[in-house]
Amino acid sequence: MAERTFKVYRGSGDDGQLESYTIEVDQGMVVLDAIHRIQAEHAPDLAVRWNCKAGKCGSCSCEVNGRPRLTCMTRLSDYEEGESITVTPMKAFPVIKDLVADVSRAYRNNASIPRFRPRPRDAEDGWRMKQFEIERAQEMRKCIECFLCQDVCHVLRSHGKHAEFIGPTYLVRTAGYSLNPIDVEDRSAFLKESGGIGFCNITKCCTEVCPESISITDNAIIPLKERVVDRFYDPVKALVRLVRRR
Amino acid sequence: MEISERHEHDVLVIGAGGAGLRAAIAAIEAGASVGLVGKSLLGKAHTVMAEGGMAAALGNNRPEDNWQVHFRDTMRGGKGLCDWRMARAHAAEAPDRVRELEAWGALFDRAEDGRMNQRPFGGHTYGRLAHVGDRTGLEMIRTLQDHAVHEGADVFMECTVFRLILVDGRVAGALAYWRPTGEFVLFRARTVILATGGLGKAWKVTSNSWECTGDGVALAYGAGAELMGMEFVQFHPTGMVWPPSVRGTLVTEGVRGEGGVLTNGDGERFMFRYVPEMFEGDYAESEEEADRWVEGDRTANRRPPELLTRDVVAKAIVAEVEAGRGSPHGGVFLNISEKRSPEYIKAKLPSMYHQFKELAGVDITTDAMEVGPTTHYAMGGVKVDPETAATCVPGLYAAGEVAAGLHGGNRLGGNSLSDLIVFGQRAGAAAAQEAGDVSFAEIPASELSAAVAGATAPFARDGGRNPFGLQEELQAVMQDKVGIARTERALREALEDVHRLRGALDTCSVRGGRAFNPGWHTWLDLHAMLTVAEAVVLSALERRESRGAHTRIDCPDSDASLGRVNLVIRSSDGRMVTDTEAVSEPPAELRQLIEEGV
Ligand SMILES: Cc1cc2nc3c(=O)[nH]c(=O)nc-3n(C[C@H](O)[C@H](O)[C@H](O)COP(=O)(O)OP(=O)(O)OC[C@H]3O[C@@H](n4cnc5c(N)ncnc54)[C@H](O)[C@@H]3O)c2cc1C
Ligand code: SF4
Ligand code: SF4
Ligand code: FES
Repeated sequence: MAERTFKVYRGSGDDGQLESYTIEVDQGMVVLDAIHRIQAEHAPDLAVRWNCKAGKCGSCSCEVNGRPRLTCMTRLSDYEEGESITVTPMKAFPVIKDLVADVSRAYRNNASIPRFRPRPRDAEDGWRMKQFEIERAQEMRKCIECFLCQDVCHVLRSHGKHAEFIGPTYLVRTAGYSLNPIDVEDRSAFLKESGGIGFCNITKCCTEVCPESISITDNAIIPLKERVVDRFYDPVKALVRLVRRR
Repeated sequence: MEISERHEHDVLVIGAGGAGLRAAIAAIEAGASVGLVGKSLLGKAHTVMAEGGMAAALGNNRPEDNWQVHFRDTMRGGKGLCDWRMARAHAAEAPDRVRELEAWGALFDRAEDGRMNQRPFGGHTYGRLAHVGDRTGLEMIRTLQDHAVHEGADVFMECTVFRLILVDGRVAGALAYWRPTGEFVLFRARTVILATGGLGKAWKVTSNSWECTGDGVALAYGAGAELMGMEFVQFHPTGMVWPPSVRGTLVTEGVRGEGGVLTNGDGERFMFRYVPEMFEGDYAESEEEADRWVEGDRTANRRPPELLTRDVVAKAIVAEVEAGRGSPHGGVFLNISEKRSPEYIKAKLPSMYHQFKELAGVDITTDAMEVGPTTHYAMGGVKVDPETAATCVPGLYAAGEVAAGLHGGNRLGGNSLSDLIVFGQRAGAAAAQEAGDVSFAEIPASELSAAVAGATAPFARDGGRNPFGLQEELQAVMQDKVGIARTERALREALEDVHRLRGALDTCSVRGGRAFNPGWHTWLDLHAMLTVAEAVVLSALERRESRGAHTRIDCPDSDASLGRVNLVIRSSDGRMVTDTEAVSEPPAELRQLIEEGV
């Protein structure tokens, strides 16, 4: 068993600092385990979110050495022995306390997306869809709402366009509805106006950090951008697309 | 200390997992205003972790499947203790509840003909689980969460209820604190639904998250409701066993449903030796027959014995390990790589692939997993009316994992997710209807200030015990003395330990402020965990037999007379007491169905 030192952000709002903690670490431990051990042994009031400890719920997002990560899926062995490990809350969000970020704005963004609206049922017992038709939408619905893409997106992180741009997480959510073959809602006006899809300049940083390996830019954002373009600048194409889907 | 916020709703739903969300939607549909409270962020409740699928006799894969077969499987899986009315409603309504999710945006994996695909699971006669790879719970919770929000549920996230308020014997509301700030909130309501999920966190090795501290069980008990079947805690046969930090993390039954094979340290496929009498003739008798079934020939062949019910498989694994035939880290091997191609495994079990790769450094497309039992699910819980999900406390309902009755002595995989939507819907509708007939009650201020003072007491103490230490001690007690194999002696010791730990609660102190303070939260949660622990131990002592998930090595056989009663727990003069209650007999035609088949 070895000892390791961690630097952890402590404090609320902007009023915080890094504190060092040294603990014993075991084989196979992840960063979240280390935080829990610090909590149990040194700092019972150290705040951190988690639920599943298996990369399924998206609660435990933080920055480890400045990189947005799920702390429950980040193994200590990924860092050289001797290398220090610094854990801080997601930078693009206000801090509530320690490692816990205020993500309430994200939930308001989600509520503003025009809801799923299906075409009439194909048969009494529902709809008929082929597996290949739903794969794109299913890719979007893998999103565990960890906000890591939101955290890394420069439009939000560096430019603070929180009011103007819903961000990659919710573009993925919108795509999850719009790519569903039975959905008939037109969300292009929403995307163009309050969704602010135009702010995205396809840098793909979001795709790189997604723990679910969703091709956020290629499979969610670009198709949505195309729909907006068709709808507002090429109405004939939009009509054809709509008819084809029905 | 003051209550900083007050809210009023016709129906208050405590819990935002599948059951709570579905209840909220049903109550809103019935015209009620609904408050929805959860301890985590919306969409992070335990339901999100469900993997394998949701059982419903849609008959898509096998037209022979119908509610009668599902009913029979559930009743037989429950070892005689299921409430037949709940089992019937569940089997009959699950198909509509599942299809409804599609109308709200869920996208389940498809069969060739474009309908929903259905996967085989333990104890189910036919492939019956609607699923999305191995992330079915995520699909369910996202769908319900977005639907509930758009329908107008008033959502309170990261808010923990720690007291139900009664006025003249009726539930009148709930007292909670905001986790981020530690401020207190009062919810007044005409009716209240508990949908707080499970209680596995009282054990050391568990698939459950920090949330599963049995709060609903304790809240209901504190309000005078009865608990039932608390001795029946399901140990899922396959949790991860290595490395230590992930011990207990679930390995979905879907691995076995897709053809995964269990072998012991000697390389023997041991499940063929463990088929119980009750299921003789229902399972494959040779590896060749099992292989043909996995390859798709399901009419001429029977399913592999790996798909026996969970209690049977978990006990078999324990027996193998105890006989010295375990794997290096004290489990057995689960291997799917020899039955399915890497592409198939990655498509059908993507999160298992990911989980083992990232956390254990094992590639399940080429190598075996090491697995062993993990505390998983509470069959017991709050006793409810089988039709309406009402408890015996006026105005109080319970649905989902927190409620008892449907699963009896052992739950079939996939029957929980369907339970959530069937009984969530029923509870929501019934609570909304009752809310129309009652008014808000005045809550005496003195009661509130006493509750708040009690909840903040440990801040005033210095140098006391650390709540995390106490929690660890309780988890060790439950793991060692109230685990899969129980004895009167160990249970008696556990009871003493629980009483001692209850006393130690009053000596704990909490450092720091009230804002997002996990030490404080754990101290509060421990109250519920200790109530749960006591109820489980008392019931386990009382059931002097082995049945379903409850195994007494000092009483290894089933006792037919105990097979006709449920154990009920209630509070009497401040003490927890057990009582027995006869299981209600199904009508003749259903009895015949259970015994003889469809
Ligand atoms: C890893 C795993 C995989 C599983 N896979 C399957 C599967 O494939 N199929 C299947 O059928 N079942 C499965 N199960 C079981 C199933 O997921 C659960 O039984 C089910 O999700 C419980 O749902 P629920 O709505 O009752 O409670 P939960 O989803 O646990 O939600 C409980 C809610 O109550 C809230 N709450 C609790 N206490 C309080 C309080 N004091 N104040 C306020 N809010 C509170 C919580 O915050 C949460 O929102 C699985 C379980 C696990 C652990
Ligand atoms: S691709 Fe768009 S959404 Fe993604 S990080 Fe870049 S700007 Fe942000
Ligand atoms: S798209 Fe990926 S990175 Fe973004 S919130 Fe979803 S899971 Fe996280
Ligand atoms: S705790 Fe669920 S993703 Fe990390």
